[in-house]
Amino acid sequence: MNRSNGAVLMQVESLTKHFPVQLGAFGEHAATVHALDGVSFDIHKGETMGLVGESGCGKSTAGLTILQLHRPTAGKVYYQDMDLTQLKEKQLRPIRQKMQIIFQDPYSTLNPRMTIGGAIAEPIRVHNLAPQGRIQARVEELLQDVGLNPIYVNRYPHEFSGGQRQRICIARALACEPEFIVCDEPVSALDVSIQAQIINLLEDLQEKYGLTYLFIAHDLAVVRHICDHVAVMYLGRLAEMAPKDKLFESPLHPYTQALLSAVPVPNPRQERKRQRIVLTGDVPSAINPPSGCRFHPRCPLASEPCAKVDPEWHQVEPGHWVACHTDS
Amino acid sequence: MTVLLDVRNLETRFKVRKGYVYAVNGVSFQLQAGETLGVVGESGCGKTVTMLSLLRLLPPAARIENGRALFEGQDLLQINRRQLRKVRGAQIGMIFQDPMTSLNPVVNIGLQMSEPLVYHRGMNMPQALQRSAELLEMAGIPDGQARLRDYPYQLSGGMRQRVMIAMALACQPKILIADEPTTALDVTIQAQIVELVKELRDELGAAIVWITHDLGVIAGLAERVMVMYAGFVVEEAAVDDLYDDPRHPYTVALLNSLPSVSETKGHRLASIGGSPPDLSARPHFCPFLPRCRYAIDKCQTENPPLRPAPGVDAPRHRIACWVDVQERGQT
Repeated sequence: MNRSNGAVLMQVESLTKHFPVQLGAFGEHAATVHALDGVSFDIHKGETMGLVGESGCGKSTAGLTILQLHRPTAGKVYYQDMDLTQLKEKQLRPIRQKMQIIFQDPYSTLNPRMTIGGAIAEPIRVHNLAPQGRIQARVEELLQDVGLNPIYVNRYPHEFSGGQRQRICIARALACEPEFIVCDEPVSALDVSIQAQIINLLEDLQEKYGLTYLFIAHDLAVVRHICDHVAVMYLGRLAEMAPKDKLFESPLHPYTQALLSAVPVPNPRQERKRQRIVLTGDVPSAINPPSGCRFHPRCPLASEPCAKVDPEWHQVEPGHWVACHTDS
Repeated sequence: MTVLLDVRNLETRFKVRKGYVYAVNGVSFQLQAGETLGVVGESGCGKTVTMLSLLRLLPPAARIENGRALFEGQDLLQINRRQLRKVRGAQIGMIFQDPMTSLNPVVNIGLQMSEPLVYHRGMNMPQALQRSAELLEMAGIPDGQARLRDYPYQLSGGMRQRVMIAMALACQPKILIADEPTTALDVTIQAQIVELVKELRDELGAAIVWITHDLGVIAGLAERVMVMYAGFVVEEAAVDDLYDDPRHPYTVALLNSLPSVSETKGHRLASIGGSPPDLSARPHFCPFLPRCRYAIDKCQTENPPLRPAPGVDAPRHRIACWVDVQERGQT
């Protein structure tokens, strides 16, 4: 899908989420985890926005905060010109129907004591999306949509494999007739051969229902396949954002370059010849993030200003944003 | 090249409430000295159980039903516990997937690392600690001496995996078995660990068995690759041959189902239909049959043995399939 023909669906403006770290029995405030610090991006209708980064970089927090499952510390999230961060829980309820989430682990997200039919019917009842007599038919329709046989409707989650469970989670998200779905690492717990099935399913459903996805993942190959736009996060901040081909062909941020170079390619000849940028060290702690550019302690190109001055989040060419001192 | 480890017809099954789970069903392979063998397969295909069987580290419910594993003239599956202890850690080292649960949380790094050196190499404690510090630095942990007093929780995931590698290599084993050592790590840390293992391999000359489900990691690391499915080896070949010219329908499908980071295919992924096999009965037909595009009548009645792939020059390219995919692919 092209950026030009889609209106902005979600607008995220300097979204910030800090978590307090509490100590002892009385919960004294000991420190703050800077999980998300001033993240801004737009998601256009009908497109798939990818969010990538290493574990602990705040990509899941971003997804949850956009959906108001975490209330942000600062910043705004606009959906259809409404600022979700200002709404009360009760006012949010009808909007939640339009925004759903699929989690990573299909084993722990389904209630083991509920039949899958019951689990899928619940959101339909809560949001009054079908008359009582139509619910059963609607559940069967949803199961068919995600490629499961409707005769399984009375079975329990433990009777299904991981891939099938992820299909059930997708059916439950679809039951609300959403516009926007946050996919939080939906395929990383699945086997390679099943991953491809779920990715294809997500693409089919997007086409059929005109869905908009925020696709959170750490697997760059999957992101390249499914996303239209990709944003790279590092330690709570955006490092780079661009249309996917731009980002993968000509990455500007040294972190994006290192990340891409670290991905192994299933081609032995290419692998042996490859010159890797191997980053040294680990991701620093988000409790005490480095000053200036958060990437500077590991950056191969770091120079003096990097340690002191925050790099500005600026647009290099239309749609291609980066936060780095080296190119400005 | 000398054969270091020769595994023949290994069978392992688990006793469960309603019968058995047939995890490994007649696996045979050879490992040459100094070679890197990749073992690829999805979860539950028996790759880990095969390796655990060799060191007899299986949980109590599992039993090795059949097979031989010849290592330096002795059968690892027959020797007594005392002899086996001389092999584990000294001749064959192992790295596990999750470095958090495989290190003892209440013992400091120095003490854990010294244990094999004292036991197998007869060092005294100061010598062993000295050597441990050297090993840590070799594994890319700066200031190894100071890290000896740290506990596992004080280290990050990548650091812990470095400790595991240093520990597994402490006694300079002839074989290093690495069971998905990078699966729990981020890509940038994975790249560090893979580079480290490559360097150490060239330095120490140990043979490596690298278990993974990631066909990308193995491509740059292994010399030979073995693909497993449902407890069987379905294809085995030199790494270039396997990626250029895969012959088993499962390998073909697996390689096609991978999204690529270097090019946009722009089309749907070729997914493998169906689900992974149920291992509660030993199949008397090809285990991949329910998901196979190329199946013929013979596949339903006889389980194909592992044999040289038809029409291939490479002498050690073996597949377990009745069908010549190459021929069928063209028609």
